[in-house]
Amino acid sequence: MSAQALTLFWPFCLFIVILFIIGFYCLLVTFNLIRALIGLELLIKAVTLLLVLVGYVTRHEALIQSLVITLIVMEVVIIAVAAGIVLGLHQHNKSLDVRQLRNLKG
Amino acid sequence: MLALNIDIVVLFLMALSALWTVMTRSLLRSAIGLALTSAMLTILMFRLHAPLAAVFELSVCSGLISVVFIATISLTQPMSQEKVLQHMKDRLERFWYLPILLILTGIVLSFLNLKFNLILPAPEIEKDPRIVLWNQRPLDLLGQIIMLLTGAFGIVILFREAKKK
Amino acid sequence: MLSLLILIPLAFLLLMNFLTLKGRRMAFAVVMALSFFQIYAVFCPTIMANRPLHGLASVFDFTLAVDGLSRIMLLCIAIVIFIALLVAAPFVKEEDKRFYFAGLMILELMGLNGVVMVRDIFSMYVFWEVAAAASFILIALQKKRDPLEGAFKYLIFSSVATVFVLSAIAIILLISGDTSFAAIREALRVSPHSFLITLAVGIFLAGLFMKAGVMPFHGYLPDAYASAPAPVSILLAGVVTKTLGVYTAMRIVIDLFGFSASLQSILLCIGLISAIFGALAAMGQKDLKRLLAYSSISQVGYIFLGFGCGTPLGIAAAIFHIFNHTVFKSLLFVNAAAVEDRTGSLDMSRMSGLASRMPVTGTTSVLASLSASGVPPLAGFWSKLFIVLALWQCGHYGVAATAVMASLLTLAYMLLFQRSVFFGTLEKGLEGVVEAGFGLTLPAIILAVLIVGIGLFFPYIVHTVIFPVVSY
Repeated sequence: MSAQALTLFWPFCLFIVILFIIGFYCLLVTFNLIRALIGLELLIKAVTLLLVLVGYVTRHEALIQSLVITLIVMEVVIIAVAAGIVLGLHQHNKSLDVRQLRNLKG
Repeated sequence: MLALNIDIVVLFLMALSALWTVMTRSLLRSAIGLALTSAMLTILMFRLHAPLAAVFELSVCSGLISVVFIATISLTQPMSQEKVLQHMKDRLERFWYLPILLILTGIVLSFLNLKFNLILPAPEIEKDPRIVLWNQRPLDLLGQIIMLLTGAFGIVILFREAKKK
Repeated sequence: MLSLLILIPLAFLLLMNFLTLKGRRMAFAVVMALSFFQIYAVFCPTIMANRPLHGLASVFDFTLAVDGLSRIMLLCIAIVIFIALLVAAPFVKEEDKRFYFAGLMILELMGLNGVVMVRDIFSMYVFWEVAAAASFILIALQKKRDPLEGAFKYLIFSSVATVFVLSAIAIILLISGDTSFAAIREALRVSPHSFLITLAVGIFLAGLFMKAGVMPFHGYLPDAYASAPAPVSILLAGVVTKTLGVYTAMRIVIDLFGFSASLQSILLCIGLISAIFGALAAMGQKDLKRLLAYSSISQVGYIFLGFGCGTPLGIAAAIFHIFNHTVFKSLLFVNAAAVEDRTGSLDMSRMSGLASRMPVTGTTSVLASLSASGVPPLAGFWSKLFIVLALWQCGHYGVAATAVMASLLTLAYMLLFQRSVFFGTLEKGLEGVVEAGFGLTLPAIILAVLIVGIGLFFPYIVHTVIFPVVSY
């Protein structure tokens, strides 16, 4: 690891942890379906940054880039499916409130 | 030293826009905040020697996904006025812990400043991500094709009647 | 040749879309043929041998591999897909929905086959996501309210699990720099970063536990199972969560991390909690499918108990129990589908005495319940016996005793379910109920024959199928 990569490693880790916290907080606290998806997106952003950082530090940029491209394709499909489900739920409930989702008690 | 500063500034901006995404009241602004976070991530990816993936991130995540979010938000009804007022109070109660939590985490982690003495694997020989993807990871490409087909099925099934009504 | 198991379904899926409207009615038959092909392939040595391809065909040569565990999973997948399609007829009525259903089944098949056969940690994630996405769409297929809700919860939980797994993959990459199993195993063995490895194992397993729906992480599972259309419940309970959660956990622990004392105690602890509390929660359910969902959680607990021993006997018992659970839980969900189809409800308090009206459903469900609770000589008895023996052999006497207790709990809630649905006097208003159609009784009979057959021919099976699984 080069000296520059070493000095950068910890600040990046710090901000990745912060992104994870923001995403999880959003996911846990919100009552809105779309906002839950946004929280999920933030989590995926954090993971993407983590992967790229690992690739940079280990000098495996090419491998990591191909992984991240695949990851982005997966992410888009999941979000599109989730958006479709949210639209369907909105048609039934006329709201985006998670608290309306109490028909099924887990 | 200059390079380090730019990275830290972009990281900070990214965290700020993520925070704004979560804290803002309007869903639309939230979606825009997500696009902004994604754009900051693009800059970071570029600086971390991942230019090709950065292009994907910019076009797909801050482009396509934002479009999906904004379409979903505009297809779903906005709330009535009094509900919005109630909602604002609600939100403030639930969300004001977050900045405090973040600042605390930031302080703790920056004082911790772990020094990893990482012993790293040998650097790779192949330097072109396109060649890696096509020659070494054909299975991932196959998986991508299958995933896109799944997405096509999902969109046809889930969105079709939504348009009719 | 292993890539055929992914490429042939893909080819059929693409061809299906070019069919005319009339031809699209054949979709179900196509998927059934694919599942038969897969059953044939599992027993066909030339397909399983995976010789490298030459010439033009080498484009389709992917790095896939199978061992005994993968083969059992491939068999389970094929059986469950076949059963789910037989059951689907009365539940998916519209012509276009049937076509989409068949297409999604093929996608699910490819995703699961991929997860089972890949030997690369990132490709595993890719196929994982394919299988998960296909199951979200399958749950939400009819766009009714409750299934959409179940699908959304499943999506959120599953994606968070994915985030966990990806973070763990990133940490592993930091150590190994490569994603193939062989390279990672070697790198982990020589690496001095024990803290990072522990972190990666912890995060990875947390994600997999969420996918498997074991007890502290089970929030979405009863909702998803209970709200999904009947054939999809069979698919989810039978193979999807088992492959994505349980199989993957076994694969990465055996192939990558190896057993350590702390890992074993985590697995045993999780297994014990799910086995007991899943059974207790099942007792309190009014909805038939929710009861079966909690029962599924409890049985996954058993699988983890056997696996947590870390001995060949324990692993063999766990794999055997995966197969048995697939068979009897599919059968119970088929019975639930028959009851739902004929009475229009799954509320157990509003039905009783159905056995006199639905003799085939009643009899097969008794067999499945007894197999689930480990009554000899049915198939479930042998796998549970082996799990308890494996625990005893490792010196976990207390755990073994508790596992036996949990088995009694299983018997209790299964009898409760039998008494309230099938035994006793016929509830008023159900006099007109007749036995379910051919599409629901045929799979029930096939699965019941499997349960009894495996139970009776067990001494033969254990030496030819079960023990060779762990001899690699």
